[in-house]
Amino acid sequence: MSTTFAVLVARDLRLAARRRIDAALPIAFFTVAVSLFPLGVGPEPQTLRQIAPGVVWVAALLAAMLSVTQLYATDLADGSLEQMLLVPDARLAIAAAKAASHWLVTGLPLVVVAPVFGLMFDMSGEAIAALVASLVLGTPVLSLLGGLGAALTLGLRSGAVLLILIIVPLCIPALIFGAGAVAAVDAGQSARGHYSLLGAVVIFTAVLAPIATAAALRIATE
Amino acid sequence: MIWKSASEFFAMGGYGTYVWGAYIVTAACMAIEPIAVALRHRRVRRELAAEEQRR
Amino acid sequence: MSTTTSRLRLYRFASPATFYPLAGKLVPWFAAVAAILAAWGLWLGMLRAPTDATQGDAYRIIFIHVPAAWMSMLLYVVMAFWAAVGWAFNARLASVVARAIAPTGAMFTFLALWTGALWGKPTWGTWWVWDARLTSELILLFLYAGYLALVSAIDDPRRADRAGALLAIVGSVNVPIIYFSVVWWNTLHQGASVSPAAAPKMAAIMLQAMLLMTLAFWAYAFAVIFVRARAIALERDNDANWAGAAVGRAHPQSEATT
Repeated sequence: MSTTFAVLVARDLRLAARRRIDAALPIAFFTVAVSLFPLGVGPEPQTLRQIAPGVVWVAALLAAMLSVTQLYATDLADGSLEQMLLVPDARLAIAAAKAASHWLVTGLPLVVVAPVFGLMFDMSGEAIAALVASLVLGTPVLSLLGGLGAALTLGLRSGAVLLILIIVPLCIPALIFGAGAVAAVDAGQSARGHYSLLGAVVIFTAVLAPIATAAALRIATE
Repeated sequence: MIWKSASEFFAMGGYGTYVWGAYIVTAACMAIEPIAVALRHRRVRRELAAEEQRR
Repeated sequence: MSTTTSRLRLYRFASPATFYPLAGKLVPWFAAVAAILAAWGLWLGMLRAPTDATQGDAYRIIFIHVPAAWMSMLLYVVMAFWAAVGWAFNARLASVVARAIAPTGAMFTFLALWTGALWGKPTWGTWWVWDARLTSELILLFLYAGYLALVSAIDDPRRADRAGALLAIVGSVNVPIIYFSVVWWNTLHQGASVSPAAAPKMAAIMLQAMLLMTLAFWAYAFAVIFVRARAIALERDNDANWAGAAVGRAHPQSEATT
């Protein structure tokens, strides 16, 4: 199963490298979305510092969800998904691999870009570090849950918007603990509780989401 | 009965708008829903019966 | 031998052909029970229960707010249960019942939020408060909306049933986690203030009225869900033998009623 996993991740990374613009779109969305908030709320640094963790986290959440339909859509369209599903007992590996490659292509770049927004929102150094840490822990959750959503909505017309509606409520704990960790650090308090809870959410999701996604793939294709 | 008059009852100690706003919307929903469902059921039966006649 | 026959007899109710007439007979009874209990509960709550010392008469919204909130949560779990049964045992009727529950559950969630807002305005000054319970109720509305959106977006009924079941199960598993995270979020941001959604100290008569209204809402839910399930079962099985018989036999002049 680990070879299936590795092969699929390598394949997805290679495909993303060929279509670099498409792979960069979520980051572009993320940038635009985050930049809208000062325009809407006003440039006062105190306000921006306060809303920054929430804004960055919500934008990351939406950027991840918008790009996750692509996980399976292209493979479904050209028939390679059905070929992959023919391999016995591969569903779990496929689900895990898709989530992993989504994180590598979308989640990790979000984490790398986030400090720039931290500076734009006048966050302190520790707060930015906490933002990066919380995103490193939290973006895998978004990729895993997004993968579940993509499998459930496979091939449906309403695709991305429907996916956001069904998956975003499930991401709320990660959002609360992630943004909360940054807010705590910003207020000078310890974020240890937030990180532990976020870590628990990551483990819980990493174990169960691929199983649910595998079941969703079976439902969608049989 | 703790109310001394009908107008007292409707006033609800000054909170009438809130209390009746809540109760009226609730009553409306719980009246419209059964009617809508019953109409749906009736429509299905009618269509089915028509098909049965045609067979 | 008797255990096998009694088990087989129970499975009879998994057939739409048996469920349809049985549900039809039960609906009027549930409706009557709902009406009687609601009348009794409202008589106690609106006409006999004393005015509250702190909240005045605004507290009387509790007699519809709490039952609606409880029903919204109960129905979600029940819906997930029957959807799971329909998926695991390939029992179509169970899936039909799950689909029939969802709109009613969503309605109760909306009512819980609406009545909660109207209770909140006079009590703590704003139309909305991001306290743990109301926020969780809002998220529950999103969960219902997601389920309804997913099942209506899928044309194939069996795929819709199964996808909905998976989503409902995932939702149910997540509800405690979501609730805990919202409570965490709320205590961090609100500080040590008292929860605004705290009910007044309940006199016995208030509790009695609330319990009666909850049971009334439950009976109402049974009635409405059974009628909707009958409609859905007919819609799906519209070329099955039992469907034609149910429509033809009961009303030879094809005159339809509830």
